Amino acid sequence: MKEHLLDVRDLRVSFDTYAGEVQAVRGISFHLDLGETLAIVGESGCGKSVSMQTMMRLLPMPPARLKSGEILFEGKDLALLTDKEMEDYRGKEFAMIFQDSMTSLNPTMRVGNQMCEGIMRHQKVSKEEAKKIAIDMLAQVGIPNPEAAFRHYPHTMSGGQRQRVMIAMALSCNPKILIADEPTTALDVTMQAQILDIMNKLKKTYDTAIILITHDLGVVAQMADRIAVMYAGEIMEAGSAREIFYQPSHPYTWGLLGAMPNMIQDVKSELYTIPGTPPDLYAPPVGCPFAARCEYAMEACLKEEPPKFVTDGGHVSRCWLHDERAPEVTPPAGIPALKKGVKVDE
Amino acid sequence: MKKYILKRFFISLITIWLIATCCFFLLRTLPGNPFATQQLLSPEMQERMMEYYGLNGPLSEQYLTFMKNLLHGDFGSSLKYTGQSVNGIIASTFPVSAQLGLQAYLISFPIGILFGIIAARNRGRTIDYSLVAFSVLGVSVPVFVLASLLQYIFAIKLQILPVALWSSMKHTILPTITLAIGSIASKTRLMRTLMLEVITEDYVKTAKAKGLPAWKIVWNHQIRNAIIPMIPSLGMEIVSILMGSFVVEQIYSVPGIGAYFVNSVRSLDYTMTLGLTVFLAIFVVTANFIIDLIYGLVDPRIRVTK
Repeated sequence: MKEHLLDVRDLRVSFDTYAGEVQAVRGISFHLDLGETLAIVGESGCGKSVSMQTMMRLLPMPPARLKSGEILFEGKDLALLTDKEMEDYRGKEFAMIFQDSMTSLNPTMRVGNQMCEGIMRHQKVSKEEAKKIAIDMLAQVGIPNPEAAFRHYPHTMSGGQRQRVMIAMALSCNPKILIADEPTTALDVTMQAQILDIMNKLKKTYDTAIILITHDLGVVAQMADRIAVMYAGEIMEAGSAREIFYQPSHPYTWGLLGAMPNMIQDVKSELYTIPGTPPDLYAPPVGCPFAARCEYAMEACLKEEPPKFVTDGGHVSRCWLHDERAPEVTPPAGIPALKKGVKVDE
Repeated sequence: MKKYILKRFFISLITIWLIATCCFFLLRTLPGNPFATQQLLSPEMQERMMEYYGLNGPLSEQYLTFMKNLLHGDFGSSLKYTGQSVNGIIASTFPVSAQLGLQAYLISFPIGILFGIIAARNRGRTIDYSLVAFSVLGVSVPVFVLASLLQYIFAIKLQILPVALWSSMKHTILPTITLAIGSIASKTRLMRTLMLEVITEDYVKTAKAKGLPAWKIVWNHQIRNAIIPMIPSLGMEIVSILMGSFVVEQIYSVPGIGAYFVNSVRSLDYTMTLGLTVFLAIFVVTANFIIDLIYGLVDPRIRVTK
């Protein structure tokens, strides 16, 4: 089997709090290849940001704790590195863009200097060269008059401009992986489209792999090659974008897709929502974490955690409905019938 | 920028005028007169003294005279210290207080900030707890207790520093430390809190994601942002540390301005109280003005456009 650029296996992250252990990420595995975009979708609190920030080692530890898991980057396990060694990877191999561009830049520093910091850290170049690289990157993300922008303070720029600066900053050291944590959530729709275009364009230019964290399925459709659907700290379903959108096979994914507003829908009809709330991760449920909200739940779902079932190719779903013994169910309108899968051991 | 400075200058003048005026009339509402406290003076004598210092005429007339002199920078002569002008007393005592205050300030500012940063960086560890304990002690132990303690240890037991007086650099050490400790303590606490607030900011995460080493994140991204809310308080502190070291000056027999200020109020030395108050007001207003300009240097968001 060929080696993936990034191969995460059974990642578990917990927070130790006064009230007890919060199991934020409960054993997720995924992989990523060069030039590929993986979208991680799921509702707030499902552990998508936590797992990414654990990989980058951005979370304060304690309270956060990496319980187990391998983070293989080009075959090397990042989980075993010291904090000091990890600094060489952050910004160089992995770069990250955050959700809120308004607060992600230091308000008391010129944006150019903030960019140069990272460039000089990783590329061992002089201040002048770093400045040249920074201005070139600013131009590439479509900032008008990049020389002037280099000297601007963040507060003089709009949200979209700042997010462009963030992207320019993230890509200035030519990282192999760009982690974008809800990069467009804080932006209006037109700006959102422009930012996504820029990301797609730069991805092609530099062959960067992107991990896109979002809860916006519209963004996913525009960007993703593969999708992982997360819920309660686990990946419920993973597959190619085509598979997830046209052959979704987990009831949670059905719910997510159903909750998306669409243009055809009757204006007067109410928008579908998944009933209930996600489980408390202080004490995760015994069986399937989604069982309590799932209209297809069976007795087995409450008793035993479903294993992974492979339906076809790389399409994996964690649901008992794929088991041979499960009854046939009718998915919501517009979604093709469920396939039985082959149970895989983890 | 020029316009802003001019505007601020004008507002400062009005502020000082208001303070002088309020102070003038408030002082006069106090019962008694400056000479009633000196027991040996007969009522006729007191009357003659009042006449001599021009305190008998209508209040409005006195006020105008006071203002006229003030415009010439003349605070008048003291009613209590015969033959001495208020200006002369300020000129001889203020430099002493200023030196003491400035020394204490220059020590406490960097140390307080440094302690705050160290405590915040090591949150929850022994060093943090020790620094917090120190700052609680430093804030709550009264200055006179601390001063006596230092005198006892360094001057009497160890005999390495003079007990009191003000004649050489060595004499300044104990009063400076006494004054600095309280200030270090309060700054440590404030800076610690501010640093802990900044640590959770998104831009700190961004800096970390860039792969910057920890010291660089602290230096470039945390300190400068943490210090911003501290700046306005610095102006007031300069003033209080320059003028308000009365207790310390008393204990160490430092010939500073503090004793004159307190005594002038007690003995109803109108001109002295007024003079010192207006002097202090000018000082506060100027310090705040300078602090506002520095504020803009540190935080570009409030920088005045050119």
